[in-house]
Amino acid sequence: METFGHLAHGFSVAFTPVNLMWCLVGTTLGTAIGVLPGLGPALTIALLLPITYQVAPEASFILFAGIYYGAMYGGSTTSILLNTPGESATIVTALEGNRMARSGRGGAALATSAIGSFVAGTIGTMGVAFLAPIVVKFALSFGPAEYFSLMVLAFITVSAVLGSSSVRGLTSLFAGFVIGMIGVDLQTGQPRFTFGTSELLDGVDVIIVAVGLFAVGETLYMASRRYAGKDEIVPLKGSLYMTAAEWARSWRPWLRGALIGFPIGAMPAGGAEIPTFLSYAIEKKLSRHKEEFGTVGAIEGVAGPEAANNASAAGVLVPMLTLGLPTSATAAIMLSAFQSYGINPGPLLLTTQADLVWGLIASLFIANVILVILNLPLIGLWVRLLKIPAPQLYAGILVFATVGTYGISQSPIDLVILYLLGAAGFLMRRFDFPTAPVIIGMILGPLAETQFRRAMTISNGDWTVFYRHPLSLTLLTLAFIGLVGPHIWAYVERRRLRGPEHVPGDA
Amino acid sequence: MLNRRRFLMNSAAAGAGFAALHLTPAFAQDAPQIQIFVPAAPGGGWDQTARAMDQVLRSEKLISGSQITNVGGAGGTVGLPQFVNQWNGKGNALMVAGMVMVGAIIANKSANNLTQVTPIARLTGEFEALVVPAASPFKTAADFVAALKADPTQVPVAGGSAGGSDHILFGLIAKTAGVPATNLSYVPFAGGGEALSALLGNQVAAGISGFGEFSEQVKAGALRLLAISADKRQEGIDAPTLKEAGIDVELFNWRGVFAPPGVSDDDKAAMIKLVETMAKSDAWAKECKNRNWTPILLTGDDYAKFVAEDTARIATILKDLGLA
Repeated sequence: METFGHLAHGFSVAFTPVNLMWCLVGTTLGTAIGVLPGLGPALTIALLLPITYQVAPEASFILFAGIYYGAMYGGSTTSILLNTPGESATIVTALEGNRMARSGRGGAALATSAIGSFVAGTIGTMGVAFLAPIVVKFALSFGPAEYFSLMVLAFITVSAVLGSSSVRGLTSLFAGFVIGMIGVDLQTGQPRFTFGTSELLDGVDVIIVAVGLFAVGETLYMASRRYAGKDEIVPLKGSLYMTAAEWARSWRPWLRGALIGFPIGAMPAGGAEIPTFLSYAIEKKLSRHKEEFGTVGAIEGVAGPEAANNASAAGVLVPMLTLGLPTSATAAIMLSAFQSYGINPGPLLLTTQADLVWGLIASLFIANVILVILNLPLIGLWVRLLKIPAPQLYAGILVFATVGTYGISQSPIDLVILYLLGAAGFLMRRFDFPTAPVIIGMILGPLAETQFRRAMTISNGDWTVFYRHPLSLTLLTLAFIGLVGPHIWAYVERRRLRGPEHVPGDA
Repeated sequence: MLNRRRFLMNSAAAGAGFAALHLTPAFAQDAPQIQIFVPAAPGGGWDQTARAMDQVLRSEKLISGSQITNVGGAGGTVGLPQFVNQWNGKGNALMVAGMVMVGAIIANKSANNLTQVTPIARLTGEFEALVVPAASPFKTAADFVAALKADPTQVPVAGGSAGGSDHILFGLIAKTAGVPATNLSYVPFAGGGEALSALLGNQVAAGISGFGEFSEQVKAGALRLLAISADKRQEGIDAPTLKEAGIDVELFNWRGVFAPPGVSDDDKAAMIKLVETMAKSDAWAKECKNRNWTPILLTGDDYAKFVAEDTARIATILKDLGLA
């Protein structure tokens, strides 16, 4: 196979001491910025762009790729330990991960996320190396109508995280829609819900909402319960790493997460968040330990989404390397780095810059290995954070959340929003409204709206596009099955159980 | 507090000056420190302009160093008020801005505008391209315009955000062809990448965006280039300008620099000279070539006149499109 020859050549590029050094620097830096909320990989790479004036193209791309993968690893750490997601792709990780950390299994949650990231990152990188041309063809067949149908499917599946009361869950979901609508409407250029504030024209960053509702809200709730003696954090119970049972519960979610994350990441408008929602919903459905979800924390709910976000990070590289299409902020900035070398990323990149592209792919494999080696020993250190007495720990979380939010755009308005949302999060927690649907509504709502309106513009107002396109019809059918399937299943089960008495002659 | 900060900044500048003195004594006397204000997040076109300027100015030894500040958001209308109010009178400061900000000021009904800052120089422009998927029935720009005249609702065109340069060019083309702007079927995408994928997936009839967004796809034969919005034929590009194709429209997505309000005439003249020297250097020409920027230098009063004319033109077309 030709690909193996290319890949071997790529490893010979990546395995020079200098390039290995850049890979190590990149992954370390990436892990660090992943841990900090607010400082994402896109911003970090943008700030490092001037380095392209100094070093060879291979070295700077290996550095950037290390940062990109590293941030995906690091982002889960604060989600799990502090309930403060560092990246939007790790918001779902906080749901079960933080529960696990509170019940003494923080080490296992961190381990399953690091190893799951390694497994999924490696699968995803293999996908980039071997399947890129096929995957990109599939991804391009997704038009606005197909994306809208995908969103419908996502809405149906994520109803799993709505919580026990669907009225409360839907209320939260719609609150998320409203927050997501804030800012300039892309389709018409008109501002919505900005109340004349120019800082709100670009909308509210999803990280601020997640940190406000989860971290600040939680902190306020804990402070109000300080003397009730409830919700004690158990720093560590049992083994630091994963037990045999936890391994057995993790490996399937890793593989499923990787299979969901890679293709959706490769879609031009797929993103890293949707695969984490889907993976979470699927794991919750398939788990044999449903009672652990939302209580002591289920390891499947960490393993799946973590694998999904790393595989989608690899997926994003597919359209970037095969077509020169930047489909995420980080990819866009990496492409502008190509340009400062006078390299025009496009469909010819693979043939004109084979050294660079295969060196980059090989370095992704190496980055994955370095990251898992770097992250596993750190777990012991991270878990010690939980031994800090609650008042100091929560004060630290508050400082961390505030500094991180200010770091996103140095805007005082963002801090006001953070604390308003924190107060809202406290009230929601107090009156038992789930907070996760707010984030899901905020991400999915505007996406669904935009794709719906695009599809309508293109078809000139013709509704039938949603079922005339075969791919769109398939997705809508799946969504329909997801919606009514469980009810029919339950009905059939009831019939079957009562079967013998009511259907005489049944063999 | 403010005095202390200024004191610290001066000493930092002096420190850098001393460092320069040791390295390059001949230039230390007149190599100033400058500050560049970028009203956008790191990584975009304005930020790259600032960083390329910093690089060239330093390599040409025109400055001893520069400090770049990013205040991003809403097409530059979040940063502009800060530059107008807090940077007032700073003689060593520049703001990068361009056509996108002109559009954003009008569409967002911003309280501040570009007449409040001091025009220094227009530096670069990116002309736009009108492309169709390779399988499209449109072979020339005339075919496209004919279809648009027949029924604009059947010709969905992909491009960047509503009211941005791509949308404006589409509006101008339609207006020249006598098609009412309100009937157009424009499909805005958040970035060039997404618009490109809609074209490659045959989801839309045509696309309008910066030439650089499409150039590689055109070279690979995945897209057909119908026309470009430049003023004249471009070397190495096998397509007519819109004017040659019978559509009397010319458009550059230009970028330039402005000094804050209230700077002295001497500072203004010195800054124009500095930027002009940079723009005429070989190093700058090389940066522009690498990044597909067309150098379209225009300084001082001519630049001010150009900004005023472009503002009027954009305001009219945005009104026609129903955005202002």
